[in-house]
Amino acid sequence: MNSTILAETGAITNFAWRFFRHGFRPRYEVQELLYQCYVVGYQSLPLVGITGFIMGIVLTLQSRPTMAKFGAESWIPTMVGLTIVREMGPIITALIFAGKIGSSIGAELGSMRVTEQIDAMEVAGTNPFKYLVVTRVLATTLMLPILTLLADAIALYAAYIGINLKGVTTLALFTNNIISTLTFGDVVPAVIKTFFFGFAVGIIGCYKGYNANKGTEGVGRAANSAVVVSSLVIFLLDLLAVQITGALGLN
Amino acid sequence: MLPDSAPLSATAAASPAEEVLTVEHVSKSFGDNHVLQDFSLTLHRGENLVVLGKSGSGKSVLIKCIIGLLPIDAGRITVLGQEVSTLSHDELDQLRTKVGFLFQSNALYDSMTVRENLLFPLRRHWMADRRGQEESMVMQALDDVGLVETIDKMPAELSGGQRKRIALARTLIIPPEIILYDEPTTGLDPITAREISQLIREVQQKYTTSAIIISHDMNCVRLTADRVALLVEGRCHVEGTYQELQQLDDPYVREFFV
Repeated sequence: MNSTILAETGAITNFAWRFFRHGFRPRYEVQELLYQCYVVGYQSLPLVGITGFIMGIVLTLQSRPTMAKFGAESWIPTMVGLTIVREMGPIITALIFAGKIGSSIGAELGSMRVTEQIDAMEVAGTNPFKYLVVTRVLATTLMLPILTLLADAIALYAAYIGINLKGVTTLALFTNNIISTLTFGDVVPAVIKTFFFGFAVGIIGCYKGYNANKGTEGVGRAANSAVVVSSLVIFLLDLLAVQITGALGLN
Repeated sequence: MLPDSAPLSATAAASPAEEVLTVEHVSKSFGDNHVLQDFSLTLHRGENLVVLGKSGSGKSVLIKCIIGLLPIDAGRITVLGQEVSTLSHDELDQLRTKVGFLFQSNALYDSMTVRENLLFPLRRHWMADRRGQEESMVMQALDDVGLVETIDKMPAELSGGQRKRIALARTLIIPPEIILYDEPTTGLDPITAREISQLIREVQQKYTTSAIIISHDMNCVRLTADRVALLVEGRCHVEGTYQELQQLDDPYVREFFV
């Protein structure tokens, strides 16, 4: 069991290393990269937006009674803002992203592997790693931070709506409360870690799909394990990020 | 168990035609499974060579080694004068423009239309003298396989026979000197299988290609083969024309011709 986990970790690391070796050498697959950014980013917007909205409104409604008990209702925007920007926004968006994009990449590349489409690409004189893997990993790495920022914005607006369901706060006051509290140490590390989350989702999804075998069963397994492993890695990276920001005095 | 001697030859005289592909003493194993053992064969210009063998005998592995999709453990494969195992990635890509490969599963890109499937290899090997001619090249390739009307369809909308023809059109779009067919009639009904076999013959005549055809479909072998090599236990057991093999009294050969 332990040796399997170690072997898998080693194989994924090797796959990631291959990405860095191939990714920055010509030929650059710009058109495919732009298409993948559209698929990975733009087409994920509705799901990420809805999730962000629900996250913001639920967080506000659930924290309100407790905050009211301590007479701290005026602190709700600050608390919700910090929670969403620092932790909930990045982690929830990354998990939703892993579920939607990680599984889709795992299934797509897995299906291409078992139906020999990847071999056909190689025979056609195309480097399939560059065309399929590098473009997808770059797209997930670049798009997740943007999606997270959008999800944060939507969640904060939903929090504003949530506060106004049982009280009255102006948008200016709400915004001012949040902006005056947030610091460099809250925003920048939260954005930086989403690049790593995006990279993890892309590289694990591609690794699982690219190395799929055993026919359709293998495709299902690739899609499933892409989600499971990338979700786990997202939490591990988040744990690592909090240690690093703590060591840097940014917590 | 077969003896380690040279393969039987049912051919009376060696062909004088130029050799375009040679496989010399090639071995390939997957763990303890020795798929190819000291295997040798030669393909001459303009010839259709069928490699006949049971399922799992290593036929598909052989052509994947020839095109460089799988590395060989020992021996030498020379294609159009270039030794495959010594080529750099770029050199191998260049060689692959001269070698077509028809996959058993067709391997059409299922997220692309037929047009995009055919344009894909063209765009990967952009050639200045062909600029602006892509559309006419696609139409020509589709016309060759009789499926011009499918140009905007997705692979999922096509029948098995149509998919095979489109895969062949994609192979032909950059005219190859050699075509490797991996079980071209497997999974097709007898009528469609016959049509595909005839198409292979037409392609050979129109494009003067040389071909290695992997098959265990004896009708396909009869219709397409100029020469047949029988692969048994990783070795070339016997080779000759279809008629010559038909007359051999060899137990392995008889299994196919009964």
